[in-house]
Amino acid sequence: MTLYFNRRDLVVPGDLLAEGDYEVGENIHKIGNRFYATRVGLFELKDERRITVIALNSIYVPKPGDIVIGDVVDVGVGSWAVDIRAPRLAILRAADALGKPFRPDREELTRFLTVGDTVIAKVKAYDRTRNPLLTLGEPGLGKVTSGLIVRITPSKVPRLIGKKGSMISMLKRETGCQIVIGMNGVVLVRCRNPEDEELLVEAIEKIERESHVEGLTDRVARMIRRRKGLAA
Amino acid sequence: MRWMAKEPVISRIKKKRILQLISQGKRVDGRGLLDYREITVEKGVIRTAEGSAMVCLGQTEVVVGVKVGLNAPYPDTPNEGILTVNAELVPLASPTFEPGPPDERAIELARVVDRGIRSSRAIPLERLCIVPGKRVYIIFVDIYILNHDGNLVDASALAALAALSNTKVLGYQIDEEGRILLDKSIWHPLELQNWPVAVSVANIGGELVVDPCLDEELAMEARLTITVDKDGRVCAMQKSGPGSFSAEQVMEAIDIARDKAAELRSMVMR
Amino acid sequence: MPHEKPKLIRDDGRRVDGRGPADLRPIHIEVDVLANADGSAYVEQGGTKVLAAVYGPKEIHPRHLGLPNRAVLRCRYHMAPFSVEVRKSPAPSRREIELSKVIREALEPALFLEYYPRTAIDVFIEVLQADGGTRCASITAASLALADAGIPMRDLVAACAAGKVEGILVLDLCDLEDKYGEADMPLAMMPGLGRITLLQMDGMLTPEELKECIKLAMDGCRKIYSMQKEALRERFLRIRREVEAAEAAEGGVGG
Repeated sequence: MTLYFNRRDLVVPGDLLAEGDYEVGENIHKIGNRFYATRVGLFELKDERRITVIALNSIYVPKPGDIVIGDVVDVGVGSWAVDIRAPRLAILRAADALGKPFRPDREELTRFLTVGDTVIAKVKAYDRTRNPLLTLGEPGLGKVTSGLIVRITPSKVPRLIGKKGSMISMLKRETGCQIVIGMNGVVLVRCRNPEDEELLVEAIEKIERESHVEGLTDRVARMIRRRKGLAA
Repeated sequence: MRWMAKEPVISRIKKKRILQLISQGKRVDGRGLLDYREITVEKGVIRTAEGSAMVCLGQTEVVVGVKVGLNAPYPDTPNEGILTVNAELVPLASPTFEPGPPDERAIELARVVDRGIRSSRAIPLERLCIVPGKRVYIIFVDIYILNHDGNLVDASALAALAALSNTKVLGYQIDEEGRILLDKSIWHPLELQNWPVAVSVANIGGELVVDPCLDEELAMEARLTITVDKDGRVCAMQKSGPGSFSAEQVMEAIDIARDKAAELRSMVMR
Repeated sequence: MPHEKPKLIRDDGRRVDGRGPADLRPIHIEVDVLANADGSAYVEQGGTKVLAAVYGPKEIHPRHLGLPNRAVLRCRYHMAPFSVEVRKSPAPSRREIELSKVIREALEPALFLEYYPRTAIDVFIEVLQADGGTRCASITAASLALADAGIPMRDLVAACAAGKVEGILVLDLCDLEDKYGEADMPLAMMPGLGRITLLQMDGMLTPEELKECIKLAMDGCRKIYSMQKEALRERFLRIRREVEAAEAAEGGVGG
């Protein structure tokens, strides 16, 4: 049982991370009893057993139950195609958008949602061989009529949320803005004034940029306090 | 159709935000309506080219390489060298650029840059004649877009000018059979007689905005590119995009362009 | 203009650019250089300058080009008109089409394409300046662009050419050496797994010379491999350093 890296070391594809009786975590490829990294990221050993790499460059893989934010890119017969920045386009069927089973003609569909509209949706179903299916059938989901979109790498969404939501609560509190985080790395921000908006965008960009450097939460809190202190 | 361009559709909330800010005299990146993004110009970046330059205009990045060759002159201009401008919107620069022959965007871009250089007579083509009616110099200006974040034409025209300003015209030798061959060991600098600069002014929600970034281009109604020479004369114009301008806007845009051209020109003439 | 063959190995045994037979040219690598691409990298190897970008995995159009069980990898190797001595037409040449294929096949073994069925992964390579070894520099750059895009990989792919010049076996041929030498052998491999993914040769070599060349090229690849890893790490370590420097500057003040 040998570990070739320390926790939170930066590893790259092809790096031999460990050898022995471990479990396969994320972004790992196992050959025999050797564990290799498949992505650039931070090495982690979970529960002393699972070799994992927390990816710094990642691709969103939809999971049922995920809240996602995307743009409508096409209107079909009975459904819309939504770009959720995943390898496949997502499909929103009319029944899942309007909450009742019917077959509208194309004109009716575009009145509700058309190309260029932004939606907050939930992933209803997904498997690798098909396009992910979305639904709007819950409170808080639906068409977005205003706001600013900020995009981050999907693997950094947990950092933006924070342990038990600590980071996002702090950001909401300090800026007074509404924030909706899509698990696909698309973040919707709505603020009452441009100064708050600028501050929040800067904070989000800082989180994305520095997520791999220890002490992030403190740094972000300090940055916000500093900027607000100057403004006061 | 292969030659048709395919621009992405901008999301409504993004367009709404751009228009809202513009109506308040502001832009998404904090610039004023008449401000250019940060510009860097680097000359001599490609050794295999006889002249070259790279221009970064915000995140728009363009490389221009100038190659000097020999050719038969065009029949109607037997005493003049040839200038030919080509633009490649290579796929690595944008998800909307596909591999293949130049589409209408690439062709328009090349022709607008060409027009500015030609109308201003920046290159003295009569001085590029070797044997009248038989052999002349041909100047290839190849525009290569590396990253598309809007306003490709201003960046390309500036890069073309910068590349031409450090271009070596290779010398030539005549061999025993009377053939004229280029000789790399002797060269003289290409002397420019004019310094045309393109300034693009967009009509976004009725306001005139200089140097639109990609999102602004997708939200704009139309753009007017005005090429101004070293004496403030207009030597080329191109309206581009599906919308329109009023006559007053056109006049105002010309004034803005003449003003901005001097700023841009100074970056190349350093 | 004299077209006689230049002297490629000097009297002191050094090559035309002063290198020893097994020396690589100076190499500079940078990752994440283009804003629009999902992943990108830039490689300078002597006088060769190559830019690579990756878009994807993404929905494939038209649909029938997709595969039900894996992603389709598409690769375009292209040279800028000003990248060579005599201006090259921008239209793809037969050489560029062949190289696009062998480069794709050099990268494919490293990718877990089965993770993304019915999608395309596009690799675009532009040679901005050519001085020999462009396909190898392209593979080195493309492999980094794929990693930068977050596409899961078995290993990075590093590439380097070996060959024979005036009877001497050499590593990393420049354009003059390729033009006037006796053999040129580009090779690409996944060094961590010891697998060769590109191998071409033109010229003439005895079996012993060939074995030597393969060893020489693989050795060159391993050196380039560590530079690739360094470049991927540097992209993030640089940020770590900046943050630490900023913290140190603040010292015990505030916070």
